[in-house]
Amino acid sequence: MKAFKACAIAAALAVTSMPAWAGPTVDAVKAKGFVQCGVNLGLYGFSAPDDKGNWSGLDVDACRAVAAALFGDASKVKYTPLSAQQRLPALQSGEIDLLARNTTWTLSRDTANGLNFTVTNYYDGQGFMVPTKLGVKAAKDLNGATVCVLPGTTTEQNLADWFRANKMTYKPVVIEKNEELASAFIAGRCDVYTSDASQLAAIRANEMPNPADYVILPELISKEPLAVAVRHGDDQWLDVVRWSLYAMIAAEEKGVTMANVDQMAASSPDPEIKRLLGVTAGNGKALGLDEAWAKTIIKQVGNYGESFDRNVGQGSKLKIARGQNALYTQGGLMYAPPFK
Amino acid sequence: MLSGRQVKQPATLRALVYSARFRGIVYQVAVVVGVLALGWYLVHNTLANLAARGIATGFGFMGQEAGFDIGEGLIAYSAADTYLRALVVGVLNTLKVAVLGIALASLLGLVVGIARLSRNWLVARLATFYVETVRNVPLLLQLFVWYGIVTALPGPRQALDLGLGVFISNRGLKVPVPEWHDSYWPVLVLLAAAFIGLFVLRRWAINRLYRTGRPFPWLSVGLAGLVVLPWLGLVLVGAPLVWSIPELKGFNFQGGADLSPEFAALLAGLTVYTASFIAEIVRSGILAVPHGQTEAALSLGLSRAKTLRLVVLPQALRVIVPPLTSQYLNLLKNSSLAVAIGYPDLVSVANTAINQTGQAVEGVALTMAVFLVISLALSLLMNWYNAKVALVSR
Repeated sequence: MKAFKACAIAAALAVTSMPAWAGPTVDAVKAKGFVQCGVNLGLYGFSAPDDKGNWSGLDVDACRAVAAALFGDASKVKYTPLSAQQRLPALQSGEIDLLARNTTWTLSRDTANGLNFTVTNYYDGQGFMVPTKLGVKAAKDLNGATVCVLPGTTTEQNLADWFRANKMTYKPVVIEKNEELASAFIAGRCDVYTSDASQLAAIRANEMPNPADYVILPELISKEPLAVAVRHGDDQWLDVVRWSLYAMIAAEEKGVTMANVDQMAASSPDPEIKRLLGVTAGNGKALGLDEAWAKTIIKQVGNYGESFDRNVGQGSKLKIARGQNALYTQGGLMYAPPFK
Repeated sequence: MLSGRQVKQPATLRALVYSARFRGIVYQVAVVVGVLALGWYLVHNTLANLAARGIATGFGFMGQEAGFDIGEGLIAYSAADTYLRALVVGVLNTLKVAVLGIALASLLGLVVGIARLSRNWLVARLATFYVETVRNVPLLLQLFVWYGIVTALPGPRQALDLGLGVFISNRGLKVPVPEWHDSYWPVLVLLAAAFIGLFVLRRWAINRLYRTGRPFPWLSVGLAGLVVLPWLGLVLVGAPLVWSIPELKGFNFQGGADLSPEFAALLAGLTVYTASFIAEIVRSGILAVPHGQTEAALSLGLSRAKTLRLVVLPQALRVIVPPLTSQYLNLLKNSSLAVAIGYPDLVSVANTAINQTGQAVEGVALTMAVFLVISLALSLLMNWYNAKVALVSR
């Protein structure tokens, strides 16, 4: 009887002593000392290794931001390059801790596939790229075309939907690897290359022998909010990832940059900046992080605008305009909830 | 005891433990139970983990609208059809390339295998060069080369015109085909009749040869029937043959039938690669037939060609068929490399289905099951054929 009582008490303790938000991922990540981040096999501007094996890109910056928040060191990331098909199982199985691989946020992925999306770090849309010499001016001229498309993405379905909706026909050529697909397109196997507009820009800048020979049509046929995802069932980890990314957006809005973050922390009178940078304590404790977590992110990775410019914007080869990815204060969709 | 004679022992527990037969049974039962338990654990663990992560399981998705298109297929398919139909299109595409590949690889392999044994120095060396080069380079690389070759052809607007409405471009080979008309049914029936007639004729000719010793040119007569009968049918039906001729419209050729570059590259790659292995199997089979057989046949007055066809090859088949079966199975499985060059085979379609539905476990299991079933069926067929050509001792 005594033993039974002891067991019951122990069980009750075990249950009640667990905080409501506790999740195993944060502890596991802290214990192993790095964030295992699922990224693209190589998509310039989003996640691609350079000739020394250093990864860079907008998605890579998301991984680095989370590492900076957790460890105070943005370099504590290990990258798992994933194909489109591998990415969901890799996250579901626990092989990676978070997925920052230009993944479109959709209802079925958010539910049936067991993912939780945190923050959209790039608003994209599917577009068409055609050789200039075909003389195509608009997507509606593409009836009967042969279309090069990567498998295993929402791209294939959007393409089918769009042609069906417009009562047009096409022939798909579906090849798994970016490079093979691009070379088939360059060889003229297809009339059209379809993908998210950001990827089209990246492919045109990097794979095409002469970028000026190709034009990206103005129409976008889909909404592609590319978001960073984590697994179902770990709320603390979800919060850490989500607010790490929001911190970058909030920093841009408040004008906090890599260069001025120390000075802002020391002398800014703005209470919102004080809360963001941990001068006023509270946010760090709530997330289970060091109070300087957001300051470290901005210092080591930069704010969202800096990351955008460096990777895909005017500071890069891609030269993609901010467009929908500008702050909400500048007509875009980037908006961080208040840091309080 | 030394004679190894079994001594009858009382059926005690001790005797049971020392009985080799009993222990054998215990070990076997233990292994079976162990394997089943491991299997159950793996399935249970997977299901539990999928459920814990809130991932839907089951094959319910098969009835949903697929919503993606497939480049080519043997049956009608559109994005509005179900995942099940999409997968069937994939299976048929796999079968199409496998069946044609096996037929062509066998033919090419036979020719090269015989050529390696040719007394013509150049022919034998060329065959050796082919075998040693092709079978030592990975198939995936060869597929990329083939695909590079077919896509390096000129575009559709500069297509090579071979006359008679046949065009070659990097969109594939376009050929005119007769347009179907409902009054053509008798023609099809006649065609089938000509086929059956060919086999009946062959039986009769062989029978007559054994009975009377007089040969009959059954093959040429039969093939002539195969060509003449359907045309006769067309004339009888009185329907004009309308051809669907490929024509450049907009981006591409419309009308006619086509052979896609992806299919052509895959078929060429699989055929050439597998044929190099088959050639060696054929060579070893022929070498396994004692040379005395050839000498005996020649001294009977048979020509070299007839000696090969009637004496050497039938005996060589006994050695050839078992390893040939393995090569056929390899070709079937290698066809899944199609995904690298964009041919919509089962693996390619299943990959898309998996990504759209997220049902990776089900999709991969299904793909494996389909390959297993096709392989086993092929194996069965080849074993039956092997039994048929095996040496029958009377």
